[in-house]
Amino acid sequence: MGSEYEATADQHHADDHGHNGAPSGIKRWLFSTNHKDIGTMYLVFSLLMFFIGGMMIMIVRAELFQPGLQFVDPAFFNQMTTMHALVMVFGAVMPAFVGLANWMIPLMVGAPDMALPRMNNWSFWLLPVGFSFLLGTLFMPGGAPAAGWTMYPPLVMQTGDAFPYMVFAVHILGASSIMGAINIIVTIMNMRAPQMTLLKMPLFVWTWFITAFLLLAAMPVFAGAVTMLLFDQFFGAHFFNAAGGGDPVMFQHIFWFFGHPEVYIMILPAFGIVSEIIPTFARKPLFGYNSMVFATASIAFLSFIVWAHHMFTVGMPLAGELFFMFSTMLIAVPTGIKVCNWIATMWRGSMTFETPMLFSLAFVFLFTIGGFSGLMLAITPVDFQYHDTYFVVAHFHYVLVPGSVFAIMAAVYYWLPKWTGHMVDEKLGKIHFWLSAIFVNITFFPQHFLGLAGMPRRIPDYSTQFADFNMMSSIGAFGFGLSQLLFVYIVYQAVKGGEKADRQVWDNPIGLEWTVPSPAPHHTFETAPEVR
Amino acid sequence: MSKVKHGAHFSLTTQLFALVVAMFGFGFALVPLYDVFCQILGIGGKTAAQAAEVLEAPDLNREIVVEFVATVNQGAPWEFRAEVAEMRVHPGKLYEATFIARNLTSRPLVGQAVPSVAPGQVAKYFKKTECFCFELQSFSADESRDMPVVFILDPEFPKHIDRITLSYTFFAMENLAGVVTENPSGT
Repeated sequence: MGSEYEATADQHHADDHGHNGAPSGIKRWLFSTNHKDIGTMYLVFSLLMFFIGGMMIMIVRAELFQPGLQFVDPAFFNQMTTMHALVMVFGAVMPAFVGLANWMIPLMVGAPDMALPRMNNWSFWLLPVGFSFLLGTLFMPGGAPAAGWTMYPPLVMQTGDAFPYMVFAVHILGASSIMGAINIIVTIMNMRAPQMTLLKMPLFVWTWFITAFLLLAAMPVFAGAVTMLLFDQFFGAHFFNAAGGGDPVMFQHIFWFFGHPEVYIMILPAFGIVSEIIPTFARKPLFGYNSMVFATASIAFLSFIVWAHHMFTVGMPLAGELFFMFSTMLIAVPTGIKVCNWIATMWRGSMTFETPMLFSLAFVFLFTIGGFSGLMLAITPVDFQYHDTYFVVAHFHYVLVPGSVFAIMAAVYYWLPKWTGHMVDEKLGKIHFWLSAIFVNITFFPQHFLGLAGMPRRIPDYSTQFADFNMMSSIGAFGFGLSQLLFVYIVYQAVKGGEKADRQVWDNPIGLEWTVPSPAPHHTFETAPEVR
Repeated sequence: MSKVKHGAHFSLTTQLFALVVAMFGFGFALVPLYDVFCQILGIGGKTAAQAAEVLEAPDLNREIVVEFVATVNQGAPWEFRAEVAEMRVHPGKLYEATFIARNLTSRPLVGQAVPSVAPGQVAKYFKKTECFCFELQSFSADESRDMPVVFILDPEFPKHIDRITLSYTFFAMENLAGVVTENPSGT
């Protein structure tokens, strides 16, 4: 009896926010504690950053269109490569995943909202603060940070007035993602519908659960590393200054202790997304659910013991090189299990190829190419040739663009009808997919050849023998960038109107999110749903 | 019900924040750990910062080439070089090498030489009984000075290595310890 009474009281409280669900005006967004609104803000912010970071790299690719210096001076070129990386990593990819987590995790586990809604609001609103610091450096004396997103000393010490802003931006963005991660863990641990045991959770929830722990373990170490840089620069410390007994190589160790888990932070949720989408369009349950969970967990564990494969050339002892080479190659095992599971899920399924499925299939295929070039880089003796060449650039863009970014786009196409209540224009969606898939390969595939032929990364000018592949790569990049305007139009169109979506949207998809109406009402699952 | 939930949220959130604080601390703990690991494993090429106590026990059957490299950091106003480019030495025997530094400015300068041995794993077999790198070196205006290093290779020196490099980098100390200089970028 008592609990029934409390349920109605809760209902009343929710209604205070307005009968249609959402409060109106700017206050709805500024003071929002609603997971759906905050999720939307994260996603819109990440789209904006995707275009800002994209414009930066258009400048880079324009400069690299031909050998010689045409448009920008080398210092500005370096600022663009550095800022492109920082904006894309911390502004586009990570917030997009947090936005998806905000929208979907409560819906997937049958919770009314995130566990800590006010902290949720704060973690989002720290992002614009952090990025106004970071983007503001473009207008400072000495320009934006230009020493690469890895911030290696002693080079990074030459950053001008931007230096402390870069450090504080990292602190703020780190705080934002740490709070986001805590919120996700508490939501998953404490707010699941009663019958939803851990091993009944959808894989997107599982991968985010593990990602959140990676964030908690890795981001504070990065915050520490940039704090040490700050102390070296302004307070006479010499953590990385050999004259005072420090060691610049130590920065690389600390940075990559964060940096390698960070790259899995940017891919594990993508694994979760395609593990949701492929079963829907193959019309078969996911093959090997348990092995998917354990593979994710083992990738997460391994990510903490492989960091030095980023720095094989610093002069490591043979034993170290062997350890990091073999531990890195070990990661191919759980990753291979995942790829095989996706393929086995499709095996003899009655597949259809709607836009989210197309992006997921491209993900599986192209991410695997990125995985294989990663294996090549893991081999210490050949890494001495590939280190700091365009081969590395090709590798990590294959796992990040047709990897993470395609997975995010698949997720948007998959869940947009649930968010807006309107079906996406399939024809335009397919055009967007094919343009993206073709141009992404024109952009990044030639970079493998450039790297193998010896073109170093982060240079504004190059020898003439690299000209043809660079021109191809630039044409691909311009095409890819322009194609993304179509994506904005498609999303805008689905927000404004279109064919009405029903509850299920797709053909018998699995998951609690498909049991609520489309568009998902402002408040859902105020009483916990039944889980089969 | 909601009270119970809040209690559960609070304790879990607290634990997770504790994890964050611990990992922030771990980042800083990596600094001493790094040195400890380098020392235990004998990697990193760092030699001891104090004089070593050694006994001479020359092994005349083996001869190892020690090359000397002298570098000035970031165009600091010094001239710095080794008197000879290399020496042939026997393990277990004391040798003296001389480095020459000159202050190129007309004001007093303080410098510090930082040693490094390559390949890194022989650093622990390279022992110095006397070295100008143990302390700060003060130079008056335009002063030039010979600076000795007395060293011995441990008789346990790895058999497969017959050539090592001892490198010194000379740093101007005014860029350290928070002293504001006219040209902080060091260029």
